[in-house]
Amino acid sequence: MQPQPQRYMPPQPGYGPPQGYPQTPGGMRPPGPPRPPMPGGPPGGLPGGPGGPPGGLTAGVAAMNIGSPLMSASAGAGLKSPQGPPGPPGGPRTPLGPPRPPGPPGAAHNGLHSSPMPPAPGAGPQSNGAPSPGGPSLQQRYPTASLPGGTPRAPVGPGASPQPPTRPPLPGQPGVPASAAPGPMPPNMGGPGMRPPMTPGAPHSPMPGMPPSSAPGMAPTGPGMHHSPMPGMPPSSAPGMPPSSVPGMPHSPMPGMPPSSVPGMPPSTMSGMPHSPMPGMPPMPGMPPSSMGGMPPHSPMPGMAPPPTSSASPYGGAPPMPGGPPMPGGPPMQGGPPMAGGPPMPGGPPMPGAGYPPRPGMGHPQPGMAPGMAPGGQMAGPRKLDPDQMPSPIQVMADDQANRSGQFVTNLKGQVPPLTTTQFTVLDQGNASPRLIRSSVYNVPVSPDMLKQTNIPLALSIAPLAELPDGEQPPPVVDLGTLGPVRCIRCKAYMGPFMTFIDGGRRFSCPFCKASTEVPQEYFQHLDHTGQRLDKYERPELCMGAYEYVCTKEYCRNNEFPKPPAYIFVIDVSYNNVKSGLLHLLCNNVKEVLRQLPIDVGQSASSMKVGFITYSNVVHFFNCKPVLAQPQMLVVGDVQDMFVPLVDGLLVDAAEAEAVIDSLMEQLPALFVNTRETEVVLGPAIQAGMEALKAANCSGRLFVFHSSLPSGQAPGQLKNRDDRKVLGSDKEKHVLTPQTQFYNNLGQECVQVGCSVSLFLVNNSYVDLPTIGQVVRLTGGEIFKYTYFQAELDGDRLLRDLSRAVSQPVGFDAIMRVRTSTGVRPVDFHGHFYMSNTTDMELAAIDSSQAVTVELKHDDKLTEEDGVYIQAALLYTACSGQRRLRVLNLSLNVCSQMADLYRSCELDTMTNLMVKQAVSKVLDSSPRAIRDQLTAQCAQILASYRKNCASPSSAGQLILPECMKLLPLYANCILRSDAVSGGPELTIDERSFHMFLSTSLPVRRSVAYLYPRLLPLDTLDVSEPADVLPSPVRSSQDKLHDQGLFLLENGVHMFLWIGLQLGPEAVQDLFGVQSVAQIDVDRPSLPNLDTPLSIRVRGVIDEVRRQRQSHMKLTVVRQRDKLEVVFRHFLVEDKGSDGSASYVDYLCHLHKEIRALLT
Amino acid sequence: MATYQEFIQQQEERDGVRLTWNVWPSSRLEATRLVVPVAALYTPLKERPDLQPVQYDPVVCTRPQCRAILNPCCQVDYRAKIWVCNFCFQRNQFPPQYASITEQHQPAELIQQFSTIEYTITCTELIQQFSTIEYTITVRTADTAQCTDLIQQFFTIEYTITRAQCMPPIFLLVVDTCVDEDELGALKESLQMSLSLMPPNALVGLITFGKMVQVHELGCDGCSKSFVFRGTKDMTARQVQDMLGIGRGGGQQQPQPRAPQPPGAPGQQPGQPAGPQQLNRLAGNQYRSFGSRFLQPLHKCDSNLTDLLGELQRDPWPVPPAKRPLRSTGTALSVAVSLLEVSLGIDSSAKEPSKRCTFPNSGGRIMLFVGGACSQGPGMVLNDDLKNPIRSHNDIEKDNAKYLKKATKHYDALAARAAANGHAVDIYSCALDQTGLLEMKSCCNLTGGHMVMGDSFNSSLFKQTFQRVFAKDQRNEYKMAFNAVVEVKTSREIKVSGCLGPCVSMNNKAANVGETEIGVGGTSQWKFCSLTPNTTPVIALEIVNQHGAPIPQGGRGCLQFITQYQHSSGQKRVRVTTITRNSSMSGIATSQLRRFDFLSWADATTGMPHISAGFDSEAAAVTMGRMAVWRAESAEGRDVLRWVDRMLIRLVQKFGEYNKDDPNSFRLSENFSLYPQFMFHLRRSPFLQVFNNSPDETSFYRHMLMREDLTQSLIMIQPILYSYSFNGPPEPVLLDTSSIQPDRILLMDTFFQILIFHGETIAQWRAAKYQDLPEYENFKQLLEAPVDDAQEILQTRFPMPRYIDTEQGHSQARFLLHKVNPSQTHNNMYAYGGQEGGAPVLTDDVSLQVFMEHLKKLAVSSQA
Repeated sequence: MQPQPQRYMPPQPGYGPPQGYPQTPGGMRPPGPPRPPMPGGPPGGLPGGPGGPPGGLTAGVAAMNIGSPLMSASAGAGLKSPQGPPGPPGGPRTPLGPPRPPGPPGAAHNGLHSSPMPPAPGAGPQSNGAPSPGGPSLQQRYPTASLPGGTPRAPVGPGASPQPPTRPPLPGQPGVPASAAPGPMPPNMGGPGMRPPMTPGAPHSPMPGMPPSSAPGMAPTGPGMHHSPMPGMPPSSAPGMPPSSVPGMPHSPMPGMPPSSVPGMPPSTMSGMPHSPMPGMPPMPGMPPSSMGGMPPHSPMPGMAPPPTSSASPYGGAPPMPGGPPMPGGPPMQGGPPMAGGPPMPGGPPMPGAGYPPRPGMGHPQPGMAPGMAPGGQMAGPRKLDPDQMPSPIQVMADDQANRSGQFVTNLKGQVPPLTTTQFTVLDQGNASPRLIRSSVYNVPVSPDMLKQTNIPLALSIAPLAELPDGEQPPPVVDLGTLGPVRCIRCKAYMGPFMTFIDGGRRFSCPFCKASTEVPQEYFQHLDHTGQRLDKYERPELCMGAYEYVCTKEYCRNNEFPKPPAYIFVIDVSYNNVKSGLLHLLCNNVKEVLRQLPIDVGQSASSMKVGFITYSNVVHFFNCKPVLAQPQMLVVGDVQDMFVPLVDGLLVDAAEAEAVIDSLMEQLPALFVNTRETEVVLGPAIQAGMEALKAANCSGRLFVFHSSLPSGQAPGQLKNRDDRKVLGSDKEKHVLTPQTQFYNNLGQECVQVGCSVSLFLVNNSYVDLPTIGQVVRLTGGEIFKYTYFQAELDGDRLLRDLSRAVSQPVGFDAIMRVRTSTGVRPVDFHGHFYMSNTTDMELAAIDSSQAVTVELKHDDKLTEEDGVYIQAALLYTACSGQRRLRVLNLSLNVCSQMADLYRSCELDTMTNLMVKQAVSKVLDSSPRAIRDQLTAQCAQILASYRKNCASPSSAGQLILPECMKLLPLYANCILRSDAVSGGPELTIDERSFHMFLSTSLPVRRSVAYLYPRLLPLDTLDVSEPADVLPSPVRSSQDKLHDQGLFLLENGVHMFLWIGLQLGPEAVQDLFGVQSVAQIDVDRPSLPNLDTPLSIRVRGVIDEVRRQRQSHMKLTVVRQRDKLEVVFRHFLVEDKGSDGSASYVDYLCHLHKEIRALLT
Repeated sequence: MATYQEFIQQQEERDGVRLTWNVWPSSRLEATRLVVPVAALYTPLKERPDLQPVQYDPVVCTRPQCRAILNPCCQVDYRAKIWVCNFCFQRNQFPPQYASITEQHQPAELIQQFSTIEYTITCTELIQQFSTIEYTITVRTADTAQCTDLIQQFFTIEYTITRAQCMPPIFLLVVDTCVDEDELGALKESLQMSLSLMPPNALVGLITFGKMVQVHELGCDGCSKSFVFRGTKDMTARQVQDMLGIGRGGGQQQPQPRAPQPPGAPGQQPGQPAGPQQLNRLAGNQYRSFGSRFLQPLHKCDSNLTDLLGELQRDPWPVPPAKRPLRSTGTALSVAVSLLEVSLGIDSSAKEPSKRCTFPNSGGRIMLFVGGACSQGPGMVLNDDLKNPIRSHNDIEKDNAKYLKKATKHYDALAARAAANGHAVDIYSCALDQTGLLEMKSCCNLTGGHMVMGDSFNSSLFKQTFQRVFAKDQRNEYKMAFNAVVEVKTSREIKVSGCLGPCVSMNNKAANVGETEIGVGGTSQWKFCSLTPNTTPVIALEIVNQHGAPIPQGGRGCLQFITQYQHSSGQKRVRVTTITRNSSMSGIATSQLRRFDFLSWADATTGMPHISAGFDSEAAAVTMGRMAVWRAESAEGRDVLRWVDRMLIRLVQKFGEYNKDDPNSFRLSENFSLYPQFMFHLRRSPFLQVFNNSPDETSFYRHMLMREDLTQSLIMIQPILYSYSFNGPPEPVLLDTSSIQPDRILLMDTFFQILIFHGETIAQWRAAKYQDLPEYENFKQLLEAPVDDAQEILQTRFPMPRYIDTEQGHSQARFLLHKVNPSQTHNNMYAYGGQEGGAPVLTDDVSLQVFMEHLKKLAVSSQA
């Protein structure tokens, strides 16, 4: 084994290790091998590896890779969390607890780890990076395979997966490991730090398993974790867990665990730990063990590559499941585990136990371990780093999909949910679905210090009205009649699953403010012997995380029940829009669009009203009262002081007034066919819509179809200040800041009325979006942009976007408040809304495609017993006019160990916040400062991990926590995104569009937005159903080839890249022409050909659009066409044409920063 | 031969002129002692079925400061083809086309009986209204060199030689929709009916208002289109123009410009935005096409407008309880004025008159229909809270009328603008309560528009009156003229003091403008945006000859009234009336005066009897009545009464015969004898007495007094009373309680009311239905006689009077009792004749008899 890894190493300097893994994957055994190497390696390896790395490290890059592997490991852990729950094996944990103590060893570990780590990194990374290709998959498979066979798993688990390892590690660390480990560890290190354990574990008992595990090790970590969790299955997890726990617990846990854990496993793990450590560990010596034993392995995993797998898994397992719960115990993760996680997770018990222990252990050890990686010799070769060795989001997603798809039960506190890309279904058992609310951290540090030290953002991304996939029930609606929602007397929190009833059910105590409130008589119910209300499972608000209340009048504006909301189409009818065909297009299709008005639950037809306003330099209102023979047009020329000229008839029921609307739609184009008006107003048009809603006393949304800079004499008149050259420079904020406050004020006024504004921009010149977009931002609207709109080319796209915008679930006149239990509180808010105070987000409307991101801060210390409770309440008017309150509850764990924190991070949510933060800084900071700040934050996150959680390793090694192994990549993506750093190649409007867009992105979309998906279409299997997507490849030019056909999309843009050598048959099938050169690249769609390939490709495109819920424009790019530059801009792993760093370069840079921080 | 009476009547019939003094004092000093100023009541459009307009342009005196028109009083040298202006004595060459004139072959204007002549003129600029100078610019008649001079001096070439287009009149309907359903229904009917009465080529527009003001675009198919203005905001013409998109790019939405594209104007390419130059051209185009889609020829938009009117709905804005509807009359009127301005290309902001109007001479009427008081925005008369009733005279006196001043100012400004543009504003106010006529009165008073006050749009009063607006004369021409300018030329010894009538000053500071101002003074030209055949302003004059200075050459005083106006057919016409007299020296007997010479100069010392004999008490009463009303507008009621009294006393002192301090010796000559009685009734009239009248009514009454002809005005001052009985044919009787007899039927005409009063006995007979019995046919006829007579009056009167049929003891009889001289009251009913019968009136007012007693006493008093 060693040889191999080493070889790899050499070939791929810093990355070597990772590669090694990957390669190893070939024989999952690698793990096995690794160890060998480890042992040997560690000693020698370490020196050598590390040493080498160091040298390489200088380059810094190498480290990175390594890190990632480690990361993966942790990630794995996270995944396991689910298992954790099962972990209930309180027993085990407890035991673990003790192990933890060893924690201290951790320190030692660190030292040790450091050395081991290096190797690990090397390995780890490889595994990760390489893994992605071969390794990972293998690993995954393993896990999977293992899963089937409980035992196998175990092995895997231990080896790859994690849990076993995890636990083992813990125990190992604490106890024996230390001693034994030391010895072994080093060796491990040599190989993959962590791996060793894993491997060991595997080797030992599940040798077979191990190998896989080891191999999987890396991958497994991720996958492994996932799997176990995924399965959620006691069995699988059990196996995995037990082992882990066992391992971790070795002694005590073991016992406890044993039962739960698969015998086989435990032993393996156990043995793994002890043994492996022993064996493998040896090298590790004192430290190693610790690291090894507990988390170290994991962290080291990364470092170790091989170990990572195992360790990773443990981590994974631990973090998620136990992660939180166990954590409580703090050091004695196990202690914790038993706590919450354990108990609840009956099935999982063992798992959790295992998981936990590992974690805790991991936590401590991790530090040492995780970091371990990279530096090694690999580092040395930074320049030659193989991009493929870098942690890959594709791989991570694939792993997550493999491990965590299935059902996600939200019955446990602080469970890290699957990635948004993963297909899973949610079973709401007390916490709201992660589709509705996600946290960046599921294990909140007890004190603010730790957060400050790590610089990990604590944030929630809330998409309260997100659409749920088929198979998931929408939040149930609770109607308590005149009683209204039951609330805490002090903090006004709403009745939810976290409320505890006391005093025989006569009072309830609020987890947010601790106050106890009398239960209203109508609501009283006796408690059963466990202290639960007898009707707990009959009332959604007592047992579910997300539900809705029907509101009483007190929750309504002016204490009156609202009227059904309205959609008003506000159409610019100036020359541009008539010429471009927009007006015709809309008029011809409005009828169809109106059929899609949203229908509320329990309704048979939509009760929403619609209205029409047009404008150019004056504003035209249309009276469409159904009783009229023909529509009436009322022109208001008083744009200085807009008002609504009619009482009723503007807002009508679309079905009742169909005839009049039809006739209006026939008339409209004729009315304006000869217009030559080019001086357009905008402010008054929006005011008109707003006033109309105000007059009708209802809330609603305006769909404004606007064409040009509002230069007409009217409030909100703007001057042209187009100067795209300043984009990207320090002066960019001048053009990105509104030139007048008018639209901000207008937005605020709109919010007061409950009027949301969505803007369809069909401009062909500068419109000063930074200014006019404010009104959209403040009113919870969306911007759709169609530059150089031509009806025949873009009409379909606009109509689809419009249909979606009209039909999507939406709430009006909303107000949202996030309540948190004492100790933390929301401090910063990002998204499209207005705030008039510091706590309430006022959303004129919020729809399913938008999210708000809320940053939390400590304002006090937390206690691990209590955890952190979050309740986001959205008071809104449904499309039927019913006033409802949607309540989302989420509980998080509290940890005192940094490792726990790192194990339960949700990177996607974190990046979601980071983008928004970066965008919000654009206006008052310079691009450079933003870049530096973001890099500094990442560096600190990683450095602090390295310093506090990973085992000591050479400074040259880059160690990444499993959960965050993609952080450098995403950070780079953020920095390269159009929103944050769009330069002169964009127009100001374009840039602004991206800024607004990114501000309201839900996590689901931000992931895609940051890291575009590149789908190879040339290898499509046409026999598959049309909507099956091929596996994406990394967004790098390296993946392209002359014969290729690729689809690139990020939710906003979509490109079809055609290699010049694309086979003529394919060209013929797809485009109906002879050669690539003849393809009409200006077409916005593929010709509708009846060939299998065409059907398949169009199926893919449709599917992508469906997934993104956006009818992205298809831009056809031929290789070497001019447009290719634009296309390449989205290959985010490459060096950008504007000089932005490639993934590899950025990684190196970041590593340098980390090292700077560490010294 | 002719008596004064006959002469005066003849003058009135032929020339439409009545003078207060038909013989004039020869000096300023003497003139001032006459108390009643020398004044002419002139009816510019006096109906003259026999008068055919001549089809050529008038010949004008070439002296730039004169510009009087050739008339029968001019000396003509037929041989030299020269005429001498009788105002300035300038010798003028006849224009070439007059080359063939001889004494036997005279043009109409030189013939005596054509002292009034009407020209139909061909050149637009002849009517230049701002200076007499342009008057000469008749391209065909002025000599070329002169013309060129003038052209250079005053006009740009294109401007002057534009031929007058036949301008159709404009009718802009401004309709209040804040009225009850049935009121609105009735109004809609009337309006739809009126469309059939209007000339088919008339340009019609429609504005409706309630809380908002809507300007309707005419001629839209498929989608009715209107422009809406906020009712609370006043807007300048420029803003209105912008908002309506007239004269700018937005106007291009107009279906198609009716005027041909100016030659050379590049066709608009859809692709390129219109440059400023093009826009200008387009704007020009629009003016050519009479502004737009908001004013369309009736024959084009008839059905469209009928539908539009048919679909009019009540103002839909909800009215909370205890509130009035929000009604934006002020804004609506403002928009209407602006719409006409911008449609016709009038730039109201231009200082220089000649630049003011790109498309002049288009007379029009803004017809405002209101069903209540303006309750918001500019011109608001009261607020919308029903708690606050509309102002009364009492409030005004106590300065308690919160919105009065501001609203008045708003409407005054609008009136001034409309007047300057030559557009009349009619107000048809139909409501049980006041609608703010007090505030809005100047809109009618300054522009010559009608003011109609009724109770309901559903009443025949309104319906008939409104129909009568479009009445036609015997020649089948509308009895209305637009955009008229009346100018007065005087011989040198006479100057113009001012005008009392529905007009505005043209502010021309001609040489004959006098120092004293009576009414609208400081000018010798006035604009009457609308004229009817009845419109009769009082033109006050002053004698400026110094005492002792020689009587002017020829001893003749000359007056020439030149009225230029837009005929309802669109033709531009000029009517010229010239009156002139020999100077009447002492010793010339009345009978010796030639027919022409009744209007004469009289030496003050020697000619006083002549002067006195030339007094026209009716004309004097109307003149004094109008002067009093004019004063009443600004002064307090009591002061005005005192002024009336003082003037009366001074007059009778001057012209009465009496011994000092002996009231019984007091006598007045015949032609003065009625004057005190007129004054007595004037004092009691609603023009000066506001008690029991609302401010709106007062405004309405005063409005009518200022414009009607002499006869009608006199009826207003002293109603006439006819008595019908079995004793003989109907006879006029004294307006006195004594005329109220049980066996008589009285017909009273106060101008505003036609009242038939059945005496007690008659009423009883009628109640007993004797008229239905064949044997009492004569009774039936007696009953019918006054009704028929009343119908006759009702047929012709504008506005339609209120018709009252009542009887003794009936509540409506109060209208009669209120008017009659209270010679019998509860105070003296036993002292005065019970034998006379009559009916006592419960009042403390003094009777005519008492009034005369006092007058005599004061007149003869040596202390006065």
